[in-house]
Amino acid sequence: MLNRRRFLTTTAAAGAAGFAALHLTLAFAQDAPQIQIFVPAAPGGGWDQTARAIDQVLRSEKLISGSQITNVGGAGGTVGLPQFVNQWKGKGNSLMVAGMVMVGAIIANKAANNLTEVTPIARLTGEFEALVVPAASPFKTANDFVAALKEDPTKVPVAGGSAGGSDHILFGLIAKTVGVPAADLSYVPFAGGGEALSALLGNQVAAGISGYGEFSEQVKAGALRLLAISSDKRQEGIDAPTLKEAGIDVELFNWRGVFAPPGVSDDDKAAMIKLVETMAKSEAWATECKNRNWTQILLTGDDYAKFVAEDTARIGTILKDLGLA
Amino acid sequence: MDTLGYLAHGFAVAFTPTNLLWCLLGTTLGTAIGVLPGLGPALTIALLLPITYQVAPEASFILFAGIYYGAMYGGSTTSILLNTPGESATIVTALEGNRMARSGRGGAALATSAIGSFVAGTLGTLGVAFLAPIVVKFALAFGPAEYFSLMVLAFITVSAVLGSSSVRGLTSLFAGFVIGMIGVDLQTGQPRFTFGMGELLDGVDVIVVAVGLFAVGETLYMASRRYAGRDEIVPLKGSLYMTAAEWARSWKPWLRGAAIGFPIGAMPAGGAEIPTFLSYAIEKKLSKHKEEFGTVGAIEGVAGPEAANNASAAGVLVPMLTLGLPTSATAAIMLSAFQSYGINPGPLLLTTQANLVWGLIASLFIANVILVILNLPLIGLWVRLLKIPAPQLYAGILVFATVGTYGISQSPIDLVILYLLGAAGFLMRRFDFPTAPVIIGMILGPLAETQFRRAMTIANGDWTVFYRHPLSLTLLTLAFIGLAGPHIWAYVERRRLRGPEHVPGDA
Repeated sequence: MLNRRRFLTTTAAAGAAGFAALHLTLAFAQDAPQIQIFVPAAPGGGWDQTARAIDQVLRSEKLISGSQITNVGGAGGTVGLPQFVNQWKGKGNSLMVAGMVMVGAIIANKAANNLTEVTPIARLTGEFEALVVPAASPFKTANDFVAALKEDPTKVPVAGGSAGGSDHILFGLIAKTVGVPAADLSYVPFAGGGEALSALLGNQVAAGISGYGEFSEQVKAGALRLLAISSDKRQEGIDAPTLKEAGIDVELFNWRGVFAPPGVSDDDKAAMIKLVETMAKSEAWATECKNRNWTQILLTGDDYAKFVAEDTARIGTILKDLGLA
Repeated sequence: MDTLGYLAHGFAVAFTPTNLLWCLLGTTLGTAIGVLPGLGPALTIALLLPITYQVAPEASFILFAGIYYGAMYGGSTTSILLNTPGESATIVTALEGNRMARSGRGGAALATSAIGSFVAGTLGTLGVAFLAPIVVKFALAFGPAEYFSLMVLAFITVSAVLGSSSVRGLTSLFAGFVIGMIGVDLQTGQPRFTFGMGELLDGVDVIVVAVGLFAVGETLYMASRRYAGRDEIVPLKGSLYMTAAEWARSWKPWLRGAAIGFPIGAMPAGGAEIPTFLSYAIEKKLSKHKEEFGTVGAIEGVAGPEAANNASAAGVLVPMLTLGLPTSATAAIMLSAFQSYGINPGPLLLTTQANLVWGLIASLFIANVILVILNLPLIGLWVRLLKIPAPQLYAGILVFATVGTYGISQSPIDLVILYLLGAAGFLMRRFDFPTAPVIIGMILGPLAETQFRRAMTIANGDWTVFYRHPLSLTLLTLAFIGLAGPHIWAYVERRRLRGPEHVPGDA
């Protein structure tokens, strides 16, 4: 039976690709609920991987009988969000994957809809960021970097992801904390982690900021030096201080979580929170997170709603300082 | 173990019956998605990612590699036959390839692109196996200043497709710049030319523009000329495959295309489009049959760019396998597949996952062989498409273009853009404006802008970086020679013919 199921999965996937359909329906036994996952990004990115990992764990733990993943990509999720708010309203069996990137995109793009309109279910994972320099760099510690930044920020070009994204936000927060005007920073945005990484390896820039996972292997191989990480506490197996330990009072997780559509009943909401919580505490989910360098930062329901509101305020301020909002 | 030993071991991994089957499945699927505009290898592999939960790592990477190479083969088919490019890397192929198809040499165009892809793909894969460490060092030396100079060099291509009037050609080029600027500016995060429409924030897909201008515009033009009795399509003239003369004209462009495509593909911001532009410009400069370019279609203009795009596909694997650097959307998704196996792609990949990496490289050689075997017999079938009567054929193209465009992002806005551009393409043909410069402007314009601004940010506004860096200076010099060289040469020739005693102004 299992082999047949595997075969069906493979053929379904191949068939879906062949017919350009983005819907992957896999129907099994009928004893558990069916859910629908909305991904406001194209297949392959962080949100999509989160959705597919959720789907995989829910099914392997037999918490659901089937699921359907819909991708509507574009503009940091602000193309998909209005669709989820309007067309998915009241659907109690649906989830949208979103995160910090969407908060930033909503502010920077002055989007019509925002995350207060959807129903917060749970914050699931976070990726802390890393501040790195090329191996040949004169900066040995985060303090060396800060000292150079204070002296003349225009002489310290820093590479990272797109303007207004989590990497840029962290750079802005660091500068603000150490008293350097955000407007003076020399930030060089790159479209993907790969391009930023090659600028670092080719010694084109002074430093780089991105998710730790983007740099971890280069750090292990000695091609990059890790100055600090943005997590709340030291991480096992990572030989670097947190920004706080290095005297820069900043903490940042590029968090990802799930939301239900607007207008779902309290019962549906409670059931969905319970489902996601059970999944997040399973062994299979822990393995998924470990494989992908995701830190588990579970937070559910009202606490999550409060967190989203606080983070929106913090990001709004820093984007304004950076001249992006 | 030396490289040959590793490679032999890799073939042992790839030659198991199941892995061969995965390779066959991948190449077939890849060819199919390459043919469909809008469905690229990146999206397909992303949709197939869940199978990484079910099968061994070797098998899934062999499948993905097959899809990746297959898409490069398949993309040229619709470019040549229907003037509807399936991938951005095959847009240039449509320029000469479609002309050839109309004058009865579609079979030869398909054959030179399949065999050229095989030759360049094999050379590129050899490059991955033997030259990767050297090439990657060279590629990392490319910073924003060097990339900008490379873009300047690539702009020379424009001179090859300007057509009869430079003013019209440059107008098209600048229209391309404007389309390319649409969307969120990467450097500042601000939206440009989006008119408040969320759907435009990510810009307009180059495939939509190419299909709109080439395929839809062409169809509308043909419909308006239906009874004028012009522009008949000749399905087949002479032999189905290549003649001896066509072989002789193809092999050098294949080798040159491979030599251009591989190193540029290996550069983190190189991509597959720029080498096809450069190859086209060079082949047009060197060809002894310049009169065939843009009229009946010159085989060099198909052979070179097709070889270049396959070699660049191999080049992309160099930074991915040696450094864990994803430099294209497809490579990024393949790297995320590594992660779902708990393998962290990075500089240690070659040593820690030798089995996987060399199995993958070996399967690329096999994929190339399968693809050429798969594609050559299909040519006879494909060419029959052109025997369909014109009204039905063009109606089919329109349906195909529409479905493909909707497939890119399932966005109705894209369809509106497609037909607006189709109407623009029709007017451009009617009033003799070339459409190719629009595409070149759209791809190169934003790239050049981004790299220029990055270079300026890093250098703190000091524009001398462009000639202080030796690599950058070399590229700019080449661009200058390419642009001004022919004019200086012509001037010198004229002076010599008129004799040294001639003084300008003399009667």
